[in-house]
Amino acid sequence: MTDTTVKEPVQFFVTEDPHHHDGDHGEHHHETGTMLGFWIYLMSDCLIFGILFAVYAVLGGNYAAGPAPVDLFELDMILVSTFMLLFSSITYGFAVLRMDRNDLKGTLLWLVITGGFGVAFLYLEVLEFSHLIHLGATPQASAFLSSFFFLVGTHGMHVLGGSIWLVVLLIQLSQRGLTHENKRRVMCLSLFWHFLDLIWIGVFSLVYLTGVLL
Amino acid sequence: MASSAHHGTSASALDVHPFWGKLSWDAFPFHEPIVLVTFIGVILGGLALVGALTYFRLWGYLWKNWFTSIDHKKIGIMYMILGLVMLLRGFADALLMRGHQALAASGGEGYLNAHHYDQIFTAHGVIMIFFVAMPFVTGFMNYVMPLQIGARDVAFPFLNNFSFWLTVSGAILIMISLFVGEFSTAGWLAYAPFSGLDYSPSVGMDYYLWALNIAGIGTTLSGINLVVTIVKMRAPGMDYMKMPVFVWTTLCTNVLIVATFPVLAATLALLTADRYLGTHFFTNDLGGSPMMYVNLIWIWGHPEVYILVLPVFGIFSEIVPTFTGKRLFGYTSMVYATCVIMVLSYIVWLHHFFTMGAGANVNAFFGITTMIISIPTGAKLFNWLFTMYKGRVRFDVPMLWVMGFMITFVIGGMTGVLLAVPPADYVLHNSLFLIAHFHNVIIGGVVFGIFAGIVYWWPKAFGFSLDPFWGKVSFWCWIIGFYLAFMPLYVLGLMGVTRRLSQFEDTFYSVYFIVALVGALFIAAGIGAFVLQIIVSIMRRKELADETGDPWNGRTLEWATSSPPPYYNFAFTPKVHEIDAFTHMKREGYERPTDGFMPIHMPHYTATGVVLAGLLTVMGFALIWHIWWLAAASFVMAVVYGIGHTFNYNRDYYIPAAEVREIENQRTQQLAKAAD
Repeated sequence: MTDTTVKEPVQFFVTEDPHHHDGDHGEHHHETGTMLGFWIYLMSDCLIFGILFAVYAVLGGNYAAGPAPVDLFELDMILVSTFMLLFSSITYGFAVLRMDRNDLKGTLLWLVITGGFGVAFLYLEVLEFSHLIHLGATPQASAFLSSFFFLVGTHGMHVLGGSIWLVVLLIQLSQRGLTHENKRRVMCLSLFWHFLDLIWIGVFSLVYLTGVLL
Repeated sequence: MASSAHHGTSASALDVHPFWGKLSWDAFPFHEPIVLVTFIGVILGGLALVGALTYFRLWGYLWKNWFTSIDHKKIGIMYMILGLVMLLRGFADALLMRGHQALAASGGEGYLNAHHYDQIFTAHGVIMIFFVAMPFVTGFMNYVMPLQIGARDVAFPFLNNFSFWLTVSGAILIMISLFVGEFSTAGWLAYAPFSGLDYSPSVGMDYYLWALNIAGIGTTLSGINLVVTIVKMRAPGMDYMKMPVFVWTTLCTNVLIVATFPVLAATLALLTADRYLGTHFFTNDLGGSPMMYVNLIWIWGHPEVYILVLPVFGIFSEIVPTFTGKRLFGYTSMVYATCVIMVLSYIVWLHHFFTMGAGANVNAFFGITTMIISIPTGAKLFNWLFTMYKGRVRFDVPMLWVMGFMITFVIGGMTGVLLAVPPADYVLHNSLFLIAHFHNVIIGGVVFGIFAGIVYWWPKAFGFSLDPFWGKVSFWCWIIGFYLAFMPLYVLGLMGVTRRLSQFEDTFYSVYFIVALVGALFIAAGIGAFVLQIIVSIMRRKELADETGDPWNGRTLEWATSSPPPYYNFAFTPKVHEIDAFTHMKREGYERPTDGFMPIHMPHYTATGVVLAGLLTVMGFALIWHIWWLAAASFVMAVVYGIGHTFNYNRDYYIPAAEVREIENQRTQQLAKAAD
């Protein structure tokens, strides 16, 4: 199938290296690599949550004569914190829209608002956890509570990590503006942030809604 | 519920010093003569090594050229060195066990107490899987794969360096456990509830958990890195179905890594929470489920064995065509077989615990999937055989390892199919038959493949071949040793001897254990010959030099560049038209370009990976010994240092065209000299 004739010598190396045309676009292939890598990382993180969901599905009914979801969860509060997170996703989307128009100030503003919602979510989660622990519903009390705290807490730790990242990114954006690298970082954090939102939908449905309503 | 009385906090709170945690002089092995002598030996050896490095002023060289290097080739070599060092440690454990069992089965007591014996079989398993086999295969994938796809590095070079040092970090923690405190006694997979605080209150389990947690993060990151490298950085023209088979197996392996190591991370994190926070995931009380631990750990654990063996299948698929002078038979079926194995490896995990009461239907399902997985594996063997059929087979050392593999692995595979039959498994599970089976596939498959690969790619990495005489000695010692060491264990297993025993009532088994010991000594000779092979070859490197870059008449792109390759790998990115790209180039009379060089874009070296992994090692040690302030401090420092790294925007540079020209001109002269 590859019987090449003598007339057409086969080219065995690339003389014009497409990556080195000019300095600015040189990074292009690397950027797509980063986005793919970050996606794969998110999928691996998703697997960790998958395991934690599975563990909750298995152990979530083992109350060990302790409290059950109905006794503990206050859906009103949870709904508020859910909306904190959902709003933060919308505002992050606005930040990306501003970034696409190369509007640094708008990007920074929407990112700050996003961070505010994130911190509000974290604050509500800390309130909820301390309330539960105050009631004696500690992670040590039963397998149900162990898996509840670990699943919700792991998500919370991710939101905390995302918030710290957000602060770092705000500093970097104000230092260097919307450079190529910084835009890539905004996009990665965007993926991360929306991913956490998605996980929270799972937590909200599986842990809180089914826990209280079923 | 209050009766749960967090044993962890209440029991350990008493003896936890605010500054030293649980660490005290009792942690050092003054009362264990065997360990103490080893400890002193290691300290003296370590001091000698440090002294020699200082005397010859090598620290700067090592730091600048190796530790902080983000060149995939150097990282690959460092992985191999880690694997070799840890092989010596893991094999010392094996010899201790073989010697002890031979004595204990012959009417004596042996020289290890039961507690020590338990630590040794645990350490042996953990080290051989996580810190020998994994670094070796990762080293190959790191070194060879980017060269084979015509790339200049991996997708994330810094991450690659960081992954390596995280693996080292885990290895260091395991090594520390030998002398400070003790290691786990819970076996290489640390089944709950035994691994929980109630039954394993010592630091041994914590060493296990933190070593694997830290090393596991490194493996996951490396998996992501290599997948992206293959997907994004192949040379133009190299479609998926034109990739060398080793690249294919690397891709499948790293997909498996990304798809399973998070499961390990989550499972170990839950066990860690049980031990440190008093939660009840895997405990016997308050609703915990130890059985869930067994399921979760094997959901990772079974794919893990394919993570080890798939790259090695790739190595064989490179060696066989090269040494038979033919294209690989059934390339397409090889690729599909690899992919099928990748998928199937995820749905067989339950065959590791048929006897734990999942029921007949579940057992039947997993028994059948397990048997099915032998079909693609068999297809691979036939492909290698048909490649050799009517070929001009050259029996160089790599090919000897391949043939040793083919015979040995088939035997191991067949005993595996035997164990996959649930009723048979009821008789054979947890016996020495099982031990013989998995050593048969791991030594006959993974280890033989690693040695084949080392001999095969050594000239590429260092510019001279390995001495064939000592290579053959090593091969014959290994293969004879393997059969002597493990065939008796099959027999013993069939007679019902269970694994992990340190004492025996009956001297009837004595002769089998003595034969197994002799086998282990042969393997020791094989390892010795292998080390000797390296030393002799380094001394004779002038005679064994490879000037051409292509000592075996290779078929893939790594042989198209010099040995060792320049740090940018290829002056011009290769263009690929066929499978076996380099064979095609040679057939078409390819002429190496000697002009028109351009600047090459490369990443800067960085110390961030070493520093971060160092801080995480300290954090791991502090967590193991409950030195909370140190754990918190090192964690915060690692986070701050990592964030600081993101403020460094100056990560890459261009190699000037003049420098490329100079290196390539030297190569032109070298080739001209070789042609004379």
